[in-house]
Amino acid sequence: MERQTTEIIFQNMKLFPVAILLLLSSGLFAQDDLMDLLDKNAKPETNYTTATFKSTRVMNGHSIEHMPPGQLDVRISHRFGRINSGIYEYFGLDQSNVHFGLEYGIFDWLMIGVGRGTYEKTYDGFAKFTILRQSSGAKVMPVSVSWLSSMAAASLRWTDTTRTNFFSSRLSYVHQILVARKISPSFSVQLAPTYVHRNLVATELDPNDLYAIGAGGRMKLSKRISLNAEYYYMINPKSYMSRQVYDPLSIGFDIETGGHVFQLIFTNSVAMIEKGFIGETTGSWLKGDIHFGFNISRVFTLKK
Amino acid sequence: MKRIVLLFSLAFLFLTVNAQKYMTRNGFIGFYSHTAVEDIKADNNQVASVLDIATGEIVFQVLIKSFHFEKALMEEHFNENYMESEKFPKSTFKGKITNLSAVDFTKAGKYDVVVEGDLNIHDVTNRVTAKGNLEVISGGINANSKFNIVPEDYKIIIPGVVRDNVAKNLEITVTMKYAPVENK
Repeated sequence: MERQTTEIIFQNMKLFPVAILLLLSSGLFAQDDLMDLLDKNAKPETNYTTATFKSTRVMNGHSIEHMPPGQLDVRISHRFGRINSGIYEYFGLDQSNVHFGLEYGIFDWLMIGVGRGTYEKTYDGFAKFTILRQSSGAKVMPVSVSWLSSMAAASLRWTDTTRTNFFSSRLSYVHQILVARKISPSFSVQLAPTYVHRNLVATELDPNDLYAIGAGGRMKLSKRISLNAEYYYMINPKSYMSRQVYDPLSIGFDIETGGHVFQLIFTNSVAMIEKGFIGETTGSWLKGDIHFGFNISRVFTLKK
Repeated sequence: MKRIVLLFSLAFLFLTVNAQKYMTRNGFIGFYSHTAVEDIKADNNQVASVLDIATGEIVFQVLIKSFHFEKALMEEHFNENYMESEKFPKSTFKGKITNLSAVDFTKAGKYDVVVEGDLNIHDVTNRVTAKGNLEVISGGINANSKFNIVPEDYKIIIPGVVRDNVAKNLEITVTMKYAPVENK
């Protein structure tokens, strides 16, 4: 084949200038052609979306974000009293509800956490599984999906000591599917169908099983500050319950300062775990029962 | 017509034999920032580059998200706050070896070179000059360089609170192992 070609050329010397021209032109590859060469042979890559939310919480509730493996998140959260309690209570700042949390990433797809909150003196623990990650490029996935399962044990002393009180009566469970999409670099939204099971409720009027849908989002105001909002709509009819409860609405800011994320928050809920803010929120925004609060998250790298 | 086609294929054959282009897809670029407060280091092992030994032209393509840090949080801040890698996913360099005649590509050995060109980071292009060396080995060429860049030159704003944590000059290390491009 090659020899045949050479013969043809030698037999047709008048084509020689053409050949020279071809060779010359191929030598004149510009830098853009070198770039094209890189682009042309590039393997299509999957671009996974990162930082849909700044923190593992939108406000009170979880976000799809998880701690990467080997990272420990130390969280300290406060909710003060009601702002409408007036100057005597210093607009709620005299009262404080605290929640401490230690949360750790084990695998890329699993984080766990334990916590203790003032609300009903509750110990809690959770596991969050990353199921899907939003991506573009070679593999396209429109949303990120995480699964959260948590358990809480209230440790308040029994009010009625004459009856037999079981430890299991202290327990409650939450299962939640978190579906989020980072719509643009500055705007993310999340939906969270949630199931809460309480082993023991106050009266027969209160259901053991609660169903709710959470909706949350964040809008970046600058590179380090974002405006967040979160609302949980409880599907169970509220009018039959033994006490007046409201759906929790929280609005606040994420402020990031390098190693810390501060979340400033205004909310009608005093509890900081799902079991508490879904179905047990007794404050109403319309009446001004708003609690100021904050979450502080400090991340430590334990394993590199 | 048939002859012209044959000529074309011949021209391609010539190119293949001469192997004037060298390429890599897993070159290394790292940066290092040293301050009294902390050291920050990031590695990228997925750098794509082509070197044309006939003209001395050299190009680089760097995916910003492929820089990996020891701390996951640093990596997130690097992408989210500093490089804005969703808006500007790639960094590129298009340049030329200015002393190409100093390199004998037919003879194995290390040759000092100077590269000059346009470095684009964070959508800002600056003219840069860097010293390095080319090592001609059998079946390939290795390239090494170390140079400094100033983040502010590329409109990468480091806020006052953490300004002391990031060096004014970042040291960039480039290590490439090129192999000849085979035309298919």
